[in-house]
Amino acid sequence: MKLLTANFVQCSVKACSATPKCFPLHFDQQTADVPLELAHEDVDFSPEFIYNILPRIDWPALLITARELGNNMLPETTPEIENPNAPENEQILRDLHTLLLETQIIQGSMRCENCNHIYFIRDSIPNFLLPGHLVQ
Amino acid sequence: MSRPETTAPPEVFYSETESKKYTSSSRIQHIQAEMTLRALDLLALDPHQHILDIGCGSGLSGEILSQEGGHVWVGMDISPSMLAVALDRDVPGDLLLADMGAGIPFRAGSFDAVISISAIQWLCNADTNTADPKRRLARFFDTLYAALRRGGKVACQFYPRDDRQVEQILGAAKTAGFAGGLVIDDEDKKKNRKYYLILTAGNITTNDINLKGVKIDKQHAARRTSKKNRKEESTKEYINRKKELMRKRGKLVALDSQFTGRKRRPKF
Ligand SMILES: C[S@@+](CC[C@H](N)C(=O)[O-])C[C@H]1O[C@@H](n2cnc3c(N)ncnc32)[C@H](O)[C@@H]1O
Ligand SMILES: [Zn+2]
Repeated sequence: MKLLTANFVQCSVKACSATPKCFPLHFDQQTADVPLELAHEDVDFSPEFIYNILPRIDWPALLITARELGNNMLPETTPEIENPNAPENEQILRDLHTLLLETQIIQGSMRCENCNHIYFIRDSIPNFLLPGHLVQ
Repeated sequence: MSRPETTAPPEVFYSETESKKYTSSSRIQHIQAEMTLRALDLLALDPHQHILDIGCGSGLSGEILSQEGGHVWVGMDISPSMLAVALDRDVPGDLLLADMGAGIPFRAGSFDAVISISAIQWLCNADTNTADPKRRLARFFDTLYAALRRGGKVACQFYPRDDRQVEQILGAAKTAGFAGGLVIDDEDKKKNRKYYLILTAGNITTNDINLKGVKIDKQHAARRTSKKNRKEESTKEYINRKKELMRKRGKLVALDSQFTGRKRRPKF
Protein backbone atom coordinates (compact mmCIF):
# COMPACT_ATOMS: atom_id res chain seq x y z
CA MET A 1 0.00 0.00 0.00
CA LYS A 2 1.29 3.40 -0.99
CA LEU A 3 1.68 6.17 1.56
CA LEU A 4 -0.83 8.07 -0.56
CA THR A 5 -3.49 5.43 0.10
CA ALA A 6 -2.57 5.31 3.79
CA ASN A 7 -3.55 8.98 3.89
CA PHE A 8 -7.11 8.10 2.82
CA VAL A 9 -8.05 4.76 4.39
CA GLN A 10 -10.03 4.78 7.61
CA CYS A 11 -11.52 2.19 9.94
CA SER A 12 -14.31 0.25 8.28
CA VAL A 13 -16.34 -0.34 11.44
CA LYS A 14 -19.59 1.58 11.17
CA ALA A 15 -19.53 2.93 14.73
CA CYS A 16 -15.99 4.24 14.16
CA SER A 17 -16.68 6.14 10.95
CA ALA A 18 -18.80 8.54 13.01
CA THR A 19 -15.81 9.46 15.19
CA PRO A 20 -12.73 11.50 14.21
CA LYS A 21 -10.55 8.74 15.67
CA CYS A 22 -11.16 6.42 12.71
CA PHE A 23 -8.48 8.29 10.74
CA PRO A 24 -5.58 8.00 10.33
CA LEU A 25 -4.94 4.37 11.10
CA HIS A 26 -1.80 3.97 13.20
CA PHE A 27 1.41 2.06 12.56
CA ASP A 28 2.59 2.42 16.14
CA GLN A 29 2.02 -1.19 17.17
CA GLN A 30 3.61 -3.89 15.08
CA THR A 31 3.63 -7.63 15.66
CA ALA A 32 6.45 -10.12 15.37
CA ASP A 33 4.72 -12.35 12.82
CA VAL A 34 4.01 -9.49 10.39
CA PRO A 35 6.96 -7.13 10.95
CA LEU A 36 6.78 -3.74 9.30
CA GLU A 37 8.44 -3.70 5.90
CA LEU A 38 8.71 -0.76 3.51
CA ALA A 39 10.01 -0.72 -0.04
CA HIS A 40 10.69 1.72 -2.82
CA GLU A 41 8.89 1.07 -6.09
CA ASP A 42 9.47 3.17 -9.19
CA VAL A 43 6.38 4.92 -10.52
CA ASP A 44 6.30 7.25 -13.53
CA PHE A 45 6.53 10.85 -12.34
CA SER A 46 3.41 12.92 -12.93
CA PRO A 47 3.70 16.46 -11.54
CA GLU A 48 0.09 17.11 -12.50
CA PHE A 49 -1.24 14.31 -10.36
CA ILE A 50 0.75 15.42 -7.32
CA TYR A 51 -0.42 18.97 -7.87
CA ASN A 52 -4.06 17.83 -8.10
CA ILE A 53 -4.01 15.62 -5.05
CA LEU A 54 -1.90 17.81 -2.78
CA PRO A 55 -4.73 20.00 -1.44
CA ARG A 56 -6.56 16.84 -0.41
CA ILE A 57 -3.67 15.27 1.46
CA ASP A 58 -4.37 15.48 5.16
CA TRP A 59 -0.96 16.85 6.08
CA PRO A 60 -1.19 16.45 9.88
CA ALA A 61 -2.19 12.80 9.32
CA LEU A 62 0.69 12.34 6.87
CA LEU A 63 3.08 13.66 9.51
CA ILE A 64 1.76 11.15 12.01
CA THR A 65 2.03 8.26 9.56
CA ALA A 66 5.52 9.25 8.43
CA ARG A 67 6.68 9.59 12.03
CA GLU A 68 5.25 6.17 12.94
CA LEU A 69 7.08 4.73 9.95
CA GLY A 70 10.32 6.35 11.06
CA ASN A 71 10.47 9.51 8.94
CA ASN A 72 10.74 12.79 10.86
CA MET A 73 11.93 14.86 7.94
CA LEU A 74 8.68 16.21 6.54
CA PRO A 75 7.85 19.93 6.65
CA GLU A 76 5.26 20.86 9.25
CA THR A 77 2.75 22.18 6.75
CA THR A 78 1.59 21.33 3.21
CA PRO A 79 4.08 22.70 0.67
CA GLU A 80 2.58 25.47 -1.39
CA ILE A 81 2.82 25.08 -5.12
CA GLU A 82 1.31 27.48 -7.56
CA ASN A 83 2.51 26.19 -10.88
CA PRO A 84 3.29 22.47 -11.22
CA ASN A 85 5.29 23.08 -14.39
CA ALA A 86 7.58 25.77 -13.05
CA PRO A 87 11.17 24.45 -12.89
CA GLU A 88 11.69 25.69 -9.33
CA ASN A 89 8.87 23.39 -8.17
CA GLU A 90 10.16 20.25 -9.79
CA GLN A 91 12.26 19.06 -6.86
CA ILE A 92 9.51 19.40 -4.27
CA LEU A 93 7.03 17.66 -6.58
CA ARG A 94 9.51 14.85 -7.14
CA ASP A 95 10.06 14.52 -3.40
CA LEU A 96 6.31 14.33 -2.83
CA HIS A 97 6.02 11.81 -5.64
CA THR A 98 8.66 9.60 -4.03
CA LEU A 99 7.02 9.89 -0.65
CA LEU A 100 3.40 9.39 -1.68
CA LEU A 101 3.53 7.12 -4.73
CA GLU A 102 6.82 5.26 -4.54
CA THR A 103 6.91 4.36 -0.87
CA GLN A 104 5.17 1.03 -0.46
CA ILE A 105 4.18 -0.56 2.81
CA ILE A 106 4.81 -4.20 1.97
CA GLN A 107 3.60 -5.58 5.27
CA GLY A 108 2.78 -4.55 8.79
CA SER A 109 -0.28 -3.60 10.76
CA MET A 110 -2.52 -0.57 11.16
CA ARG A 111 -4.55 0.13 14.26
CA CYS A 112 -7.81 2.03 14.67
CA GLU A 113 -7.53 4.38 17.59
CA ASN A 114 -11.23 4.11 18.33
CA CYS A 115 -11.90 0.35 18.34
CA ASN A 116 -8.32 -0.90 18.35
CA HIS A 117 -9.01 -3.28 15.50
CA ILE A 118 -5.81 -4.25 13.71
CA TYR A 119 -5.73 -4.23 9.92
CA PHE A 120 -2.93 -6.40 8.62
CA ILE A 121 -1.05 -5.64 5.43
CA ARG A 122 0.48 -8.60 3.60
CA ASP A 123 1.99 -8.68 0.11
CA SER A 124 1.31 -4.93 0.15
CA ILE A 125 -2.47 -5.54 0.39
CA PRO A 126 -4.28 -4.34 3.52
CA ASN A 127 -7.07 -6.59 4.70
CA PHE A 128 -10.20 -4.58 5.42
CA LEU A 129 -12.49 -7.58 5.81
CA LEU A 130 -14.08 -7.34 9.24
CA PRO A 131 -14.65 -10.26 11.57
CA GLY A 132 -18.35 -11.03 12.01
CA HIS A 133 -18.77 -9.27 15.34
CA LEU A 134 -17.57 -5.94 13.90
CA VAL A 135 -19.91 -5.97 10.89
CA GLN A 136 -23.02 -3.93 11.53
CA MET B 1 -25.93 -20.18 -18.26
CA SER B 2 -26.49 -19.60 -14.57
CA ARG B 3 -25.49 -16.33 -12.97
CA PRO B 4 -22.26 -16.47 -10.94
CA GLU B 5 -23.95 -14.46 -8.16
CA THR B 6 -26.37 -17.29 -7.45
CA THR B 7 -23.82 -20.12 -7.44
CA ALA B 8 -21.53 -19.11 -4.56
CA PRO B 9 -20.27 -16.08 -2.59
CA PRO B 10 -17.84 -13.97 -4.68
CA GLU B 11 -14.70 -14.94 -2.78
CA VAL B 12 -15.62 -18.59 -3.33
CA PHE B 13 -16.73 -18.25 -6.93
CA TYR B 14 -13.56 -16.32 -7.84
CA SER B 15 -11.27 -19.12 -6.72
CA GLU B 16 -7.68 -19.46 -7.79
CA THR B 17 -8.63 -21.47 -10.87
CA GLU B 18 -11.55 -19.25 -11.86
CA SER B 19 -9.52 -16.06 -11.32
CA LYS B 20 -6.77 -17.26 -13.63
CA LYS B 21 -9.22 -18.50 -16.21
CA TYR B 22 -11.15 -15.23 -16.08
CA THR B 23 -8.08 -13.06 -16.48
CA SER B 24 -6.40 -15.01 -19.27
CA SER B 25 -9.46 -15.14 -21.51
CA SER B 26 -8.92 -12.67 -24.34
CA ARG B 27 -12.67 -12.51 -24.85
CA ILE B 28 -13.13 -11.32 -21.27
CA GLN B 29 -10.15 -8.96 -21.50
CA HIS B 30 -11.77 -7.32 -24.52
CA ILE B 31 -15.22 -7.01 -23.01
CA GLN B 32 -13.94 -5.60 -19.70
CA ALA B 33 -11.68 -3.14 -21.53
CA GLU B 34 -14.52 -1.99 -23.73
CA MET B 35 -16.89 -1.46 -20.82
CA THR B 36 -14.24 0.41 -18.84
CA LEU B 37 -13.60 2.68 -21.81
CA ARG B 38 -17.30 3.29 -22.10
CA ALA B 39 -17.53 4.12 -18.38
CA LEU B 40 -14.65 6.59 -18.75
CA ASP B 41 -16.29 8.02 -21.81
CA LEU B 42 -19.44 8.71 -19.81
CA LEU B 43 -17.53 10.22 -16.90
CA ALA B 44 -15.58 12.66 -19.09
CA LEU B 45 -12.89 13.14 -16.45
CA ASP B 46 -9.97 15.52 -16.44
CA PRO B 47 -6.64 13.69 -16.60
CA HIS B 48 -4.60 12.76 -13.48
CA GLN B 49 -7.50 11.99 -11.19
CA HIS B 50 -7.60 9.84 -8.05
CA ILE B 51 -9.98 6.96 -8.76
CA LEU B 52 -11.41 4.01 -6.85
CA ASP B 53 -12.15 0.79 -8.77
CA ILE B 54 -14.71 -1.26 -6.84
CA GLY B 55 -14.59 -5.00 -7.48
CA CYS B 56 -11.31 -4.44 -9.31
CA GLY B 57 -10.60 -8.15 -9.59
CA SER B 58 -7.33 -8.88 -11.36
CA GLY B 59 -7.06 -5.31 -12.63
CA LEU B 60 -8.45 -5.62 -16.15
CA SER B 61 -10.59 -2.52 -15.61
CA GLY B 62 -8.02 -0.63 -13.54
CA GLU B 63 -5.28 -0.94 -16.13
CA ILE B 64 -7.35 1.11 -18.53
CA LEU B 65 -7.48 3.90 -15.93
CA SER B 66 -3.69 4.15 -15.96
CA GLN B 67 -3.49 4.07 -19.74
CA GLU B 68 -6.22 6.62 -20.34
CA GLY B 69 -5.46 9.96 -18.78
CA GLY B 70 -2.76 9.00 -16.30
CA HIS B 71 -5.14 8.41 -13.43
CA VAL B 72 -3.92 7.01 -10.14
CA TRP B 73 -6.26 4.32 -8.84
CA VAL B 74 -6.96 2.11 -5.87
CA GLY B 75 -8.77 -1.17 -6.41
CA MET B 76 -10.80 -3.03 -3.83
CA ASP B 77 -12.02 -6.60 -4.09
CA ILE B 78 -13.32 -9.32 -1.82
CA SER B 79 -11.58 -12.19 -3.61
CA PRO B 80 -8.00 -12.88 -2.45
CA SER B 81 -7.43 -15.01 -5.56
CA MET B 82 -8.42 -12.22 -7.92
CA LEU B 83 -6.10 -9.83 -6.05
CA ALA B 84 -3.31 -12.41 -6.20
CA VAL B 85 -3.63 -12.47 -9.98
CA ALA B 86 -3.54 -8.66 -9.97
CA LEU B 87 -0.30 -8.80 -7.98
CA ASP B 88 1.20 -11.33 -10.38
CA ARG B 89 0.31 -9.09 -13.29
CA ASP B 90 1.98 -6.16 -11.54
CA VAL B 91 -0.91 -3.75 -12.08
CA PRO B 92 -0.12 -0.11 -11.30
CA GLY B 93 -2.98 0.44 -8.84
CA ASP B 94 -2.91 -0.02 -5.09
CA LEU B 95 -5.00 -2.98 -3.93
CA LEU B 96 -7.29 -3.53 -0.94
CA LEU B 97 -9.00 -6.67 0.29
CA ALA B 98 -12.44 -5.42 1.26
CA ASP B 99 -16.17 -6.12 1.03
CA MET B 100 -18.02 -3.26 -0.64
CA GLY B 101 -21.19 -4.22 1.22
CA ALA B 102 -19.45 -3.48 4.53
CA GLY B 103 -18.69 0.05 3.34
CA ILE B 104 -15.97 1.92 1.47
CA PRO B 105 -13.15 2.35 4.02
CA PHE B 106 -11.99 5.79 2.90
CA ARG B 107 -12.29 9.17 4.53
CA ALA B 108 -14.49 11.95 3.17
CA GLY B 109 -13.47 13.37 -0.19
CA SER B 110 -10.84 10.74 -1.03
CA PHE B 111 -11.70 10.27 -4.69
CA ASP B 112 -12.46 12.33 -7.76
CA ALA B 113 -14.28 9.43 -9.34
CA VAL B 114 -15.29 5.83 -8.81
CA ILE B 115 -15.72 3.09 -11.36
CA SER B 116 -17.00 -0.42 -10.96
CA ILE B 117 -17.14 -2.88 -13.82
CA SER B 118 -19.33 -6.00 -13.55
CA ALA B 119 -19.41 -6.08 -9.76
CA ILE B 120 -22.24 -4.29 -7.94
CA GLN B 121 -24.94 -6.82 -8.89
CA TRP B 122 -23.28 -9.01 -6.24
CA LEU B 123 -24.71 -6.66 -3.60
CA CYS B 124 -28.22 -7.84 -4.42
CA ASN B 125 -27.44 -11.36 -3.21
CA ALA B 126 -27.56 -12.56 0.36
CA ASP B 127 -24.65 -14.97 0.73
CA THR B 128 -25.28 -15.77 4.37
CA ASN B 129 -28.49 -15.69 6.31
CA THR B 130 -27.29 -12.64 8.25
CA ALA B 131 -26.49 -10.62 5.11
CA ASP B 132 -29.31 -8.28 4.22
CA PRO B 133 -28.96 -6.94 0.65
CA LYS B 134 -30.97 -3.85 1.51
CA ARG B 135 -28.67 -2.89 4.35
CA ARG B 136 -25.55 -3.71 2.37
CA LEU B 137 -26.72 -1.57 -0.55
CA ALA B 138 -27.47 1.31 1.81
CA ARG B 139 -24.10 1.03 3.54
CA PHE B 140 -22.36 0.79 0.17
CA PHE B 141 -23.92 3.91 -1.34
CA ASP B 142 -23.77 5.96 1.88
CA THR B 143 -20.04 5.38 2.32
CA LEU B 144 -19.43 5.73 -1.41
CA TYR B 145 -21.04 9.15 -1.35
CA ALA B 146 -18.88 10.23 1.56
CA ALA B 147 -15.66 8.93 0.00
CA LEU B 148 -16.14 11.12 -3.08
CA ARG B 149 -15.22 14.75 -3.24
CA ARG B 150 -18.17 17.08 -3.83
CA GLY B 151 -18.92 16.96 -7.52
CA GLY B 152 -17.25 13.55 -7.75
CA LYS B 153 -18.62 11.08 -10.28
CA VAL B 154 -19.43 7.38 -10.39
CA ALA B 155 -19.86 4.92 -13.25
CA CYS B 156 -20.88 1.37 -12.41
CA GLN B 157 -21.46 -1.12 -15.19
CA PHE B 158 -23.48 -3.98 -13.77
CA TYR B 159 -25.53 -7.01 -14.73
CA PRO B 160 -28.98 -6.75 -13.13
CA ARG B 161 -30.90 -10.01 -12.88
CA ASP B 162 -34.18 -8.22 -13.51
CA ASP B 163 -35.94 -4.84 -13.27
CA ARG B 164 -36.40 -5.29 -9.56
CA GLN B 165 -32.65 -5.27 -9.01
CA VAL B 166 -32.33 -2.17 -11.15
CA GLU B 167 -34.95 -0.41 -9.03
CA GLN B 168 -33.31 -1.61 -5.83
CA ILE B 169 -29.90 -0.26 -6.85
CA LEU B 170 -31.22 3.05 -8.16
CA GLY B 171 -33.32 3.50 -5.04
CA ALA B 172 -30.38 2.95 -2.71
CA ALA B 173 -28.19 5.36 -4.68
CA LYS B 174 -30.85 8.02 -4.53
CA THR B 175 -31.43 7.60 -0.81
CA ALA B 176 -27.70 8.11 -0.25
CA GLY B 177 -28.00 11.52 -1.93
CA PHE B 178 -26.67 10.83 -5.40
CA ALA B 179 -28.06 12.39 -8.54
CA GLY B 180 -27.88 10.59 -11.84
CA GLY B 181 -29.46 7.67 -13.59
CA LEU B 182 -29.00 4.80 -15.90
CA VAL B 183 -27.49 4.55 -19.36
CA ILE B 184 -28.37 1.47 -21.35
CA ASP B 185 -26.22 0.53 -24.33
CA ASP B 186 -27.34 -1.83 -27.06
CA GLU B 187 -30.91 -1.71 -25.81
CA ASP B 188 -32.18 -3.56 -28.82
CA LYS B 189 -30.10 -6.63 -28.08
CA LYS B 190 -31.54 -8.17 -24.98
CA LYS B 191 -28.60 -10.45 -24.28
CA ASN B 192 -25.87 -7.88 -24.84
CA ARG B 193 -27.57 -4.95 -23.17
CA LYS B 194 -25.14 -3.01 -20.98
CA TYR B 195 -26.27 -1.08 -17.90
CA TYR B 196 -24.24 1.85 -16.59
CA LEU B 197 -25.26 3.52 -13.36
CA ILE B 198 -24.01 7.11 -13.67
CA LEU B 199 -23.99 9.21 -10.51
CA THR B 200 -22.73 12.52 -9.21
CA ALA B 201 -22.13 13.42 -5.57
CA GLY B 202 -23.21 16.97 -4.88
CA ASN B 203 -24.80 19.46 -7.18
CA ILE B 204 -23.18 19.67 -10.52
CA THR B 205 -24.94 19.95 -13.82
CA THR B 206 -25.31 16.87 -15.98
CA ASN B 207 -23.22 18.73 -18.55
CA ASP B 208 -20.24 17.54 -16.59
CA ILE B 209 -21.05 14.03 -17.65
CA ASN B 210 -20.80 13.03 -21.24
CA LEU B 211 -24.33 11.99 -22.13
CA LYS B 212 -24.67 13.83 -25.37
CA GLY B 213 -24.72 12.01 -28.64
CA VAL B 214 -26.59 9.94 -31.06
CA LYS B 215 -28.13 6.52 -31.12
CA ILE B 216 -26.58 3.45 -32.59
CA ASP B 217 -25.94 4.06 -36.25
CA LYS B 218 -24.46 2.39 -39.30
CA GLN B 219 -20.97 2.43 -37.85
CA HIS B 220 -22.28 -0.10 -35.43
CA ALA B 221 -23.24 -2.51 -38.20
CA ALA B 222 -19.83 -2.02 -39.77
CA ARG B 223 -18.22 -3.04 -36.54
CA ARG B 224 -19.98 -6.35 -36.56
CA THR B 225 -18.83 -7.34 -40.01
CA SER B 226 -15.22 -7.03 -38.91
CA LYS B 227 -15.60 -9.82 -36.40
CA LYS B 228 -13.05 -12.00 -38.19
CA ASN B 229 -10.16 -9.56 -37.80
CA ARG B 230 -10.90 -9.18 -34.14
CA LYS B 231 -9.46 -12.55 -33.18
CA GLU B 232 -5.88 -11.67 -34.12
CA GLU B 233 -5.85 -8.33 -32.31
CA SER B 234 -4.01 -7.62 -29.09
CA THR B 235 -6.05 -5.94 -26.39
CA LYS B 236 -4.21 -2.71 -27.09
CA GLU B 237 -5.05 -2.75 -30.78
CA TYR B 238 -8.59 -3.62 -29.88
CA ILE B 239 -8.85 -0.69 -27.48
CA ASN B 240 -7.50 1.73 -30.04
CA ARG B 241 -9.97 0.52 -32.62
CA LYS B 242 -12.82 0.83 -30.12
CA LYS B 243 -11.84 4.35 -29.20
CA GLU B 244 -11.68 5.32 -32.81
CA LEU B 245 -15.13 3.84 -33.33
CA MET B 246 -16.60 5.57 -30.31
CA ARG B 247 -15.28 8.89 -31.51
CA LYS B 248 -16.79 8.38 -34.92
CA ARG B 249 -20.03 7.19 -33.50
CA GLY B 250 -20.50 10.23 -31.26
CA LYS B 251 -21.57 8.13 -28.27
CA LEU B 252 -24.84 6.47 -27.50
CA VAL B 253 -28.00 7.14 -25.54
CA ALA B 254 -28.71 10.44 -23.82
CA LEU B 255 -29.98 10.20 -20.28
CA ASP B 256 -33.06 12.37 -20.20
CA SER B 257 -34.27 12.74 -23.73
CA GLN B 258 -34.25 9.06 -24.61
CA PHE B 259 -35.63 7.64 -21.42
CA THR B 260 -39.36 7.41 -21.29
CA GLY B 261 -41.58 4.68 -19.91
CA ARG B 262 -40.52 4.53 -16.31
CA LYS B 263 -41.24 0.88 -15.84
CA ARG B 264 -38.72 -0.42 -18.32
CA ARG B 265 -36.06 2.23 -17.86
CA PRO B 266 -36.11 3.38 -14.29
CA LYS B 267 -34.16 6.49 -13.45
CA PHE B 268 -34.21 9.24 -10.92
C1 LIG C 1 -16.61 -9.95 -13.15
S1 LIG C 1 -15.36 -9.51 -11.97
C2 LIG C 1 -14.85 -7.94 -12.60
C3 LIG C 1 -13.43 -7.58 -12.22
C4 LIG C 1 -12.89 -6.32 -12.87
N1 LIG C 1 -13.68 -5.15 -12.52
C5 LIG C 1 -12.84 -6.48 -14.38
O1 LIG C 1 -13.43 -5.66 -15.07
O2 LIG C 1 -12.23 -7.43 -14.86
C6 LIG C 1 -16.34 -9.09 -10.53
C7 LIG C 1 -15.50 -8.82 -9.29
O3 LIG C 1 -16.32 -8.30 -8.24
C8 LIG C 1 -15.81 -8.78 -7.02
N2 LIG C 1 -16.81 -8.67 -5.95
C9 LIG C 1 -17.97 -9.34 -5.83
N3 LIG C 1 -18.59 -9.02 -4.68
C10 LIG C 1 -17.78 -8.12 -4.04
C11 LIG C 1 -17.88 -7.43 -2.80
N4 LIG C 1 -18.91 -7.63 -1.97
N5 LIG C 1 -16.89 -6.57 -2.47
C12 LIG C 1 -15.82 -6.39 -3.30
N6 LIG C 1 -15.69 -7.03 -4.48
C13 LIG C 1 -16.65 -7.89 -4.86
C14 LIG C 1 -15.42 -10.20 -7.34
O4 LIG C 1 -14.54 -10.75 -6.39
C15 LIG C 1 -14.82 -10.06 -8.73
O5 LIG C 1 -13.43 -9.88 -8.69
ZN1 LIG D 1 -12.37 1.31 14.40
